[in-house]
Amino acid sequence: MSLLKIEGVWKHYQGLSVLRGIDLEVAPHEVVCLIGASGSGKSTLLRCVNLLETIDDGAIHLDGAEITDVRAGADDVRRRIGMVFQSYNLFPHMTVLDNITLAPRKVHGVRPEEAEARARELLDRFGLADKAGEYPDRLSGGQQQRVAVIRAVATDPRLLLLDEVTSALDPTLVTEVLGVIRELKETGMTMILATHEMGFARDIADTVCFLEGGVLLESGPPEQIFSAPEHPRTQAFLQRVLEARRM
Amino acid sequence: MTDGQSAASPVPSEVAEQVGPAWVKSERQLRREAELRGRARRSVSVATASTIVVAVILVVGITSSPGWPRVRATFLSPEAFVAALPDVLRGFLLNIEMFLVAEVLILVLGLLVALVRGLRAPAFFPLRALAVVYTDVFRGIPTILLIYLVGFGIPALQLQGAPSDPVTLGVIALVLSYGAYVAEVFRAGIESVHPSQRAAARSLALTQGQTMRHVVLPQAVRRVIPPLLNDFVSLQKDTALVSVLGPLEALRQAQIHKDLDFNFTPYLVAALLFILLTVPMARFTDHLAVRAARRRTGGGTA
Repeated sequence: MSLLKIEGVWKHYQGLSVLRGIDLEVAPHEVVCLIGASGSGKSTLLRCVNLLETIDDGAIHLDGAEITDVRAGADDVRRRIGMVFQSYNLFPHMTVLDNITLAPRKVHGVRPEEAEARARELLDRFGLADKAGEYPDRLSGGQQQRVAVIRAVATDPRLLLLDEVTSALDPTLVTEVLGVIRELKETGMTMILATHEMGFARDIADTVCFLEGGVLLESGPPEQIFSAPEHPRTQAFLQRVLEARRM
Repeated sequence: MTDGQSAASPVPSEVAEQVGPAWVKSERQLRREAELRGRARRSVSVATASTIVVAVILVVGITSSPGWPRVRATFLSPEAFVAALPDVLRGFLLNIEMFLVAEVLILVLGLLVALVRGLRAPAFFPLRALAVVYTDVFRGIPTILLIYLVGFGIPALQLQGAPSDPVTLGVIALVLSYGAYVAEVFRAGIESVHPSQRAAARSLALTQGQTMRHVVLPQAVRRVIPPLLNDFVSLQKDTALVSVLGPLEALRQAQIHKDLDFNFTPYLVAALLFILLTVPMARFTDHLAVRAARRRTGGGTA
């Protein structure tokens, strides 16, 4: 059974349709990469899954239960979903450790000592052990984003959403964040990534989805999408990406 | 750590390993610095000279005015100053007392009203409406008018247990008046926290209340401290308005002394005492504002 099932989801902003009947299924432990130009609806789709946006039609199911049911509690859904944002969104008034342990302590009722031990273990694993007591503005972008990833997985979510997590980073810092994501895949984390890193998507994705104008035009394994895309729009998009790289 | 990683994570606090030649100040840089030092010296001399000139003009201008001897006798009498000081100072302690009590209550009331205005649940509609009406009405009434209304209106109701002491009534009026301003300051602070902070908190499944308590408010309060202090500088002065209800605070004491011999020097005593209290607070506010600005430009973008 699929972990996440998106059925005919529509979303409008001020008369503009940004999602136009999206269907998508994600199996447990699957890594799905959403690719497409800016404004194609990748980020909006992720925000809809996390209920940060309310959808205008369709349904989203998590673990077989509809989460877009207006009677369901959004907080209960978000307990099971982690999200990482393009601009990190760490809490600037808290140390790295407090950023990570806030949700375990306040939402999941984990005892403070336990939450801290778990946070330190994760920081250690991702090479940030010495940053536990620092404030976010003392860290580089790559370090901040790695802390944001740790914060999102510290509550052991069923599903992790990553919204262009390397787009705000200096090219030399991208690899360290991608390394963290790669390691999460090895632990079996189910993930949906909106990304512009085509090489990374090709490398890590089980399924790649190409979105354009709010429509999911084509999806399949990375070899197929990147080597032999069927839809002419996908071909055109990948061609543009390739040309941009060459410059 | 591999080479790639250490090069890829520059941290401001860590000193990067030295590459290239060591720095020895060049002739050109030394000349540049000497020139800048000379300019700084000249700026100080010019500033000192112009200050002296302005001070002399002011003193000469005022003391040579036709009414000066009369003003000096009625406003600057050393005897009257000494005679009034103890009483005015005792009165001023009451001003400080009113200020301190009112300040705490204002912070509580202002924060409560700001939070109530942010409540979204339909059950809270009447509370929210009340908060809006409160800020609109009490910001619109001149403080002195409010002091009259509260000071003479509440006792006139003859309610069981209603306060009748003028100091208490005066403090209530100040709290009502300033609470409305401070509520708006808090509300502006809350709204200034970027929506992405809320989104991050909500994505971690924090409830609305937890998001406000742990993420939004701590950041909002830090930002509004300078404007809040500014309001409190103003509150310190406005405690003198309570004198219209009769308690023996600084202005009232000064009035009493003035009435003895029609010398206005006691007013000057009261004014000096207020200045002594508000100036340090104003400087402290400036200091905080400068520090906040430095942190904004020097810190990260998070």
